[in-house]
Amino acid sequence: MSSREVTTRVVPLPRPGLWIGSAIVVVLAALIAVSVFRNPNIQHGVIAQYQFAPAILRGLELTVVLALLAAGIGLVLGVMLAVMRISASPILRVAGAAYTWLIRGTPLLVQILIWGNLALLFEYIGPFRTNDVLTPFVASVIALGLNEGAYMAEIVRAGILAVDRGQVDAALALGMSRRLALRRIILPQALRVIVPPAGNQFISLLKATSLVSVIAGGDLLTAAQNIASSNLHTIELMLVATFWYLVLTTITSVAQHFAERRLARGHLGLHGGR
Amino acid sequence: MADGERAAAMVRAEGVRKRFRRTEVLKGIDLEVRSGEVLCLIGPSGSGKSTLLRCVNHLERIDDGRIYVDGELIGYRERGDALHELHEREVCRQRSAIGMVFQRFNLFPHMTALENVIEAPIRVRHDAKADATERATALLARVGLTHKAHAYPSELSGGQQQRVAIARALAMRPKLMLFDEPTSALDPELVGEVLAVMRALADDGMTMIVVTHEMAFAREAGHRIAFMDDGVIVESGAPREMLSHPEHARTRAFLSRLLTHPIT
Repeated sequence: MSSREVTTRVVPLPRPGLWIGSAIVVVLAALIAVSVFRNPNIQHGVIAQYQFAPAILRGLELTVVLALLAAGIGLVLGVMLAVMRISASPILRVAGAAYTWLIRGTPLLVQILIWGNLALLFEYIGPFRTNDVLTPFVASVIALGLNEGAYMAEIVRAGILAVDRGQVDAALALGMSRRLALRRIILPQALRVIVPPAGNQFISLLKATSLVSVIAGGDLLTAAQNIASSNLHTIELMLVATFWYLVLTTITSVAQHFAERRLARGHLGLHGGR
Repeated sequence: MADGERAAAMVRAEGVRKRFRRTEVLKGIDLEVRSGEVLCLIGPSGSGKSTLLRCVNHLERIDDGRIYVDGELIGYRERGDALHELHEREVCRQRSAIGMVFQRFNLFPHMTALENVIEAPIRVRHDAKADATERATALLARVGLTHKAHAYPSELSGGQQQRVAIARALAMRPKLMLFDEPTSALDPELVGEVLAVMRALADDGMTMIVVTHEMAFAREAGHRIAFMDDGVIVESGAPREMLSHPEHARTRAFLSRLLTHPIT
């Protein structure tokens, strides 16, 4: 069948709502931009002055280190708790659930304050003075890591449960131990389900590091607040911090995107396989 | 039981019982499969065929009885008058010598066909990667999938996936192969290619237990058919006789149902 000589014009259904909505969004965005950038009360020179200030960069570095350490602890703890929660032992299952219940049921800010002030409860940890061991940094890492673990446990557990039962059968039938099957067969498949929520979780964690400023954790927000309290340019320094938080979360989002693409290996789906 | 007779048997089940909570699924199974024999297990769904198969490589614990493979008690150690479950290490060693093929293939979706086949030889047998790859390539050729070595399971048809699964099981050099309804999840036009691979395997002298609804395969490639119903083996015998002149009424009823409503 050859194409016909006379082609009828195809006219899509007009959708004025789309245009009106878009116009409103553009106008609002413009208003916000103008109110921030043309605001006489914001001294842009101060922002420029502190954006790359050594104190700010030290805080930024600490925030990154803090987030990475807490994420590492959270991941290991999360896998352990997830395995506990699907284990054959009722005691392990209940213990895992209780941990999640306790951590998720209390504000992170409270947990950070408790770890930061643990010396009030125990003056000594073993032979060491609590305040010598539990520096604000160590307390921050512990508080964030333990908190992260509870959330990661739920994410990892959902990932493991998403893997088909037949995969375990196949691995065991080949003579693999449970441990080996978990490491080589189950977790790699669970990872595909784990990475998207884990990426979200890491972004939350990056921002949650700012809470350690309450125990003088030395993070990015602490650094910005310290400067602001001496020069009183609070908004400017918050904008300096905002910029860096956005940089970090953007990098994370990009990394997450590539991780998801790589894990889609063997799966024809939304990402179109490899 | 004389020692010589036990040695000739690749699989021996004695009074095997298995219950899931209140339901007894295996009610005292006695079975013997000689070395090189192809035994087809038939019977209605829920009769315990798959469970029996899963007991042979200890994917399921048994509640009573004994299963020997190649003269070795599977899953347990006899001490005094009790059976003690073996350490996981021992169970893994026993399983690694028994190949299993599943109804739903269960290929590892995050690995290519080749990676699926070399995984257990490398991780369980600790073979060198080069050796495992060489052998896997030969096995994939044997099941006619040389050109699909680097394809992921999701890119393969059901029949191709099942053939990779057979190659994967063979890579462990098993002395016994268990097939759990290997063609039941396949489109009708793909059944033939899988049965052809299994037939070739049988001709090579592999000892096989095949849970199947493929009566044509049972008749042509099977040396013996055992009919299971309600947790017991009702009767067993040579395929042609069993299929044309079943002794028991239950077998007759099952076979006539199969003929009027063939399960493809």
